[in-house]
Amino acid sequence: MGKIIMAHGAGGKTGAELMSNIFGKHFKNDVLDKMEDAAVLKINGRIAFSTDSFVVTPVEFKGGDIGKLCICGTVNDILMMGAVPKYITCGFILEEGLDIELLDRLVSSMAKTAEAAGVKIVAGDTKVVEGSGGLYINTSGIGVIPEGRNVSAANCKSGDVIILSGTLGDHHACILSARMEIENNIKSDCAVLADITNGLFSAGINVKTMRDVTRGGLGTILNEIAEQSACRIELTETDIPVNDEVRGFADILGLDPLYMGNEGKMIAVVPEKDAERALEIMRATEVGRNAAVIGRVAEGSGTVMITRLGGTRIVDVLYGEGLPRIC
Amino acid sequence: MKTEDVIKYLKEYDGRPLKLMEVCGTHTASIFKNGIRSLISPKIKLISGPGCPVCVTPTAYIDRVLDYAAKPDHMVYTFGDMMKVPGKCGSLSDMKGKGINVGMMYSPFEVIEKAAANPEKTYVIAAVGFETTAPIYALAVQEAAKRGIKNLKLVTALKTVIPALSWICENQDDIDGFICPGHVSVIIGSGVYEALAEKYNKPFVVAGFEPEHLLAVIYDIVRQIECGKSDVKNLYKNAVRDEGNAKAIKAINEYFETGEATWRGLGSIPDSGLYLKPQYAEYDGGSRGLDRDMELPKGCSCGSVIVGKLNPNECPMFGKSCTPLHPYGPCMVSAEGACGIWYRSI
Repeated sequence: MGKIIMAHGAGGKTGAELMSNIFGKHFKNDVLDKMEDAAVLKINGRIAFSTDSFVVTPVEFKGGDIGKLCICGTVNDILMMGAVPKYITCGFILEEGLDIELLDRLVSSMAKTAEAAGVKIVAGDTKVVEGSGGLYINTSGIGVIPEGRNVSAANCKSGDVIILSGTLGDHHACILSARMEIENNIKSDCAVLADITNGLFSAGINVKTMRDVTRGGLGTILNEIAEQSACRIELTETDIPVNDEVRGFADILGLDPLYMGNEGKMIAVVPEKDAERALEIMRATEVGRNAAVIGRVAEGSGTVMITRLGGTRIVDVLYGEGLPRIC
Repeated sequence: MKTEDVIKYLKEYDGRPLKLMEVCGTHTASIFKNGIRSLISPKIKLISGPGCPVCVTPTAYIDRVLDYAAKPDHMVYTFGDMMKVPGKCGSLSDMKGKGINVGMMYSPFEVIEKAAANPEKTYVIAAVGFETTAPIYALAVQEAAKRGIKNLKLVTALKTVIPALSWICENQDDIDGFICPGHVSVIIGSGVYEALAEKYNKPFVVAGFEPEHLLAVIYDIVRQIECGKSDVKNLYKNAVRDEGNAKAIKAINEYFETGEATWRGLGSIPDSGLYLKPQYAEYDGGSRGLDRDMELPKGCSCGSVIVGKLNPNECPMFGKSCTPLHPYGPCMVSAEGACGIWYRSI
C-alpha cells in the first residue's frame, strides 16, 4: 500500500485517493457520507463536549492501538459527565513516511471501537507534515446528558463511598515495557467504560462523581476531587487492586501505581446506601470485573491512605513526569 | 517476632529520644509510602541521609554535561532522575526542550548501540550513581572497548557510600544508629560496616525495602541501643551477603579507581569518588575536578538536610521558593530526594 507522502495532504488527487481508500472505506454513516464542509447535527438538551489529542508511541501495543485509544479517551471523558456519547470528530496529523497499511489498520480499529461505543464519526481532517512516519490524532466528541443526571467533581459529601473499576497502572506499564523492550504479559486496559456507566444509571444509582483515571493517576484525580468538593478522601491501600506483574514492574522502576496512567479505568463516588449495588453492577461488566471499594469521603481536605501495616500516608498529586529513578 | 509486636514495641517506646539515619533514598521513599513514622513513637526520629546520588551531585558536574549537550554532533544520555537537576544555566530537561541533543536512557548499552550505528556523532553518558550503578558502567566500558567504539564518553559522578558514612560519623555525633542501604549493600556486602560500628560505637543494620523489613531493622537498632550494643547486622539476607557481590566488585575495581569527590552539601570527601582508570582514559569525558558548586542562596539549608541536621520542612525555602515544579536543589528534584519526598508526603 506504500507510504504517506506530502501530496497526501495537499488536497489533490493523491489526497482524495487516501480519503476514499482508507477513511471512506472504514468510516461510513449518514452524516459523514454527505461530504459537506461541516457535519449538521440535531441535538436536544444539555450536551457534554470534550476534546483530546493522542500522541502515544508505539502506535500499536498489547491490548490496543492509537486508533482504539483515541475513541476510548474522548468517549470516556463524555461518559464521565453522565452523558450519552453521540458524535466524534477526528483530526489526523500524519508524518511523511507513515506506512499506509498501518494507517489502514489504525483507522479500522477506530471505526470498530466507535461502532461498539455507539458513536458516529461525523467530521475529520488530515494533514501531512515532514517527519519519520509517525502519526497524531485529535478527537472531539459530543454527548447528550439525559434529564435528571448531575455528575460533577464538586458533588462529594462526607460518608460517600469511592469505587474503582479495576486494577491500576496497566496501560502505563504496557507502554513503558514496549518502549524499554521488556518482555512481559502486561496489556493496556484501553477500553470504553459505557457498560459501567449505563449499568449504574439504568439501576437508578445516585452517581455523584465519576472520573476516568488517566494521566496523573488515581492520586492526582482524587486530590482534584477533594479540592473541588472541599472534602477529604481516605483510601485503604489493601483495597486498591493492582495486577501483580504491574506491581513488580512498577517496583523495579520506582514508579507508584497510584500515579500511573490508565485508559480504561474509572472511579465512581456514590452514597453509602448505593455502594454495594453499584459495586455489583460494575463487577458484572467485563471492564469492571475487578472493581473494588477503595475508600470514603470525609470532612477535611486532601487525600490520605491507610497503608498495609496500618500507617497513614498522605497522597499528593503527581509532580513532573514520573521518570524512572536511577538507583 | 511478629510485625504487630514490633509495631506495638516501637509505638510504645518511651526511652531516651533517638535519631536513626536511613542512608538510602529508596528507604526514605518506603518510609513515607508505608507511613512508617505514624507507626513508631515520636521519640524515635528517622532522618534522611545522603543516599540519593542525584542529590549529592554538584552543579559543576551538571554544567560539564550541559556543555557537551550544547556542542554540535554530540548527544548526551542519562537516566530519568538526572534530567531535571538544575545547573547554572538550566537542566538537561530544559536543554531537551530547546531542541538540544539530550536523551533519556534506560541502559548505557542502548547508547553503545547508537554510538556504533552513528560513528560521526559523539555520545556522552552522564554516569551518576553509587556502587549499585557503577558495575553497569564498568561493563559498558568493557563492551565499548571490545567493539572498538571510539565515539563514546562517560562523564562520571560515581560515589562510594562508606567514606560518606565515615564523614557523617566524624562530623555529626548525634546519630544513634544507621539503617544501612539495601541496594548498595547487595554490591559491597554487610561486612564493610564493621569498622565503622567498632570505631564509632553505633549499630549499623542493613535493611530491605518492605515495611516489615524496615520496622524489623528499626526495632533491632532500638534494642541494640537499649542493650548498649553496636553491632553490624544484615536483616536483608535474601539479597545481601556479608562479602557482597564479588563479580560486581571485581568489575568496579577493574575499571575504576577511587579519588576525592565533591558531595553537594557536604563538600569534598577523600576517596569517595570512582574514576575511570588511566588505561580507559579515552572513555572519560572529563570527570575529575568537578568540585565547584552553585553558591547557595541565603536561607538554603541543603547541606544540613543531606546530613539529617534539619528535616526538609525546616529549611526556609522548602515549599516556598523550592518546590518539585521549581526545584532549587537536586534534593527537591529526585524521586528519592528527601525534600521531594517530604513535599509530596506531608
